[in-house]
Amino acid sequence: MKYAYYPGCSLRGTGRAYEESLLAVFRALEIDIEEVDDWNCCGATTYMSVDELMSYALAARNLALAERNHVDLIAPCAACYLVLNKTQHYMREYPSIQLVVTRALDAIGLRYRDLVKVRHPLDVLLNDVGVATIAARVKVPLKGLKVAPYYGCQIVRPYATFDDQREPTSMDQLLEACGAKTVRYPLKTRCCGGSQKGTLPEVGLDLIHYLLMEAQRNGAEVISTVCPLCQFNLESFQKEAGDRHHPTSVPVLYFSQLLALALGAAPDEIGLQRGFVPIEPVLAGREIAYA
Amino acid sequence: MELKRTVKFEADRDPEFARWVSQTVGGERIRHCLQCGLCSGKCPLSLYMDYTPRRLMHLSREGFKEEVLGSTSIWLCTACYACMVECPKKINVTHLLYALKERAIEEGRYPRRFAIPIMARQFSRMVRGRGRITESWLVVQVFMRTAIWRLLGMSRLGLKLLRTGRMPLRMETIQRRAEIATLLDSVATTRKELAL
Repeated sequence: MKYAYYPGCSLRGTGRAYEESLLAVFRALEIDIEEVDDWNCCGATTYMSVDELMSYALAARNLALAERNHVDLIAPCAACYLVLNKTQHYMREYPSIQLVVTRALDAIGLRYRDLVKVRHPLDVLLNDVGVATIAARVKVPLKGLKVAPYYGCQIVRPYATFDDQREPTSMDQLLEACGAKTVRYPLKTRCCGGSQKGTLPEVGLDLIHYLLMEAQRNGAEVISTVCPLCQFNLESFQKEAGDRHHPTSVPVLYFSQLLALALGAAPDEIGLQRGFVPIEPVLAGREIAYA
Repeated sequence: MELKRTVKFEADRDPEFARWVSQTVGGERIRHCLQCGLCSGKCPLSLYMDYTPRRLMHLSREGFKEEVLGSTSIWLCTACYACMVECPKKINVTHLLYALKERAIEEGRYPRRFAIPIMARQFSRMVRGRGRITESWLVVQVFMRTAIWRLLGMSRLGLKLLRTGRMPLRMETIQRRAEIATLLDSVATTRKELAL
């Protein structure tokens, strides 16, 4: 089976390691992907507050482009995943939105027939590949590495059907298939503040801190994320949040980096060198070569 | 001592605003709100808000426009959808918050140099012009227009991002960038035609 792939803007910037590691996972598991031709920004959460209708049209251009070749579209970024899903829902529910978007697509020679299924990599790995297959392909088991599985908001809420909206476990299962041990993490779906750190810094720092503190308190050696913004917030502002509250030192990796490691990828091809919080102590003595 | 009436009178309501709320995408089920407060309880930002989501729901449907559009809640909402998932009446709380934010930006109800509307505007400009967002450039543009001194404080982070290859200096651009303007202009035209 071949999937269309929509990286989104963050995976070409601060979230580069997400794309690098995800592609390594896909290669190791022989998942065939094709990047959506000339894709554009989905509008994220920001465009929605400027002009809702226009944001649906932006998202729909990507859906229409993906649909030309494939049915299943993989969207790894939490915001993209949500926005693409939301656009589909609203085009179905509101004839006026459907009309506006259809006309806009028509103006650039595109047509959308509502065939695309927007999928998250967690969903694809769990339901199309399966835990057993992944476990069988593990080359370097994570040997009980204690991981706090952090899902954040927009993957599971409000549209995801592949996991529970309050108590998701898909990432837990994948990590455990690789030999990691997930710790209790009741804040796993709580918001990291999104862009609040940039706009209302005090509030952003509070939210970031609770998440880090909770992970550290529950014995996590590393936090595993599925969203470029969550990863960026928890990692880049960890020191600042620590100065304001209590210091923490928890590396924050993408779930795909942990998976790729277990599947035998080299640390520098999955962006481990791009992190800010040192991960050497975590990987020491685990037979994972890291220069 | 400045004394202010703390109880709201029915005469303070703006029925036109209440009607608008109930017709927005997200507001159509607001009449069903039970005022149970699950939205406020689940909201990770409610402890910073002047009007928690539950109160905001009530104020909006009754048409207390000044209170609603002047509320800090509009800007605190991060669209995490915790409220929407919990709502027993399936009210699209998050989507309504988006509509309120859009309206507040439209009416210019925010402090000068306030980062959120400025970021929203810069974001939409970059998408229109280039089709994609280059995060680093967006952040620089926003701080230039809001709090330029904070850029200095961020230079260390910037350098770290540069060193780790997470801050491309070249702006990302799609190939058929004219399509984006055509697409967005078409939305504007249809909206006018259908008076949406």
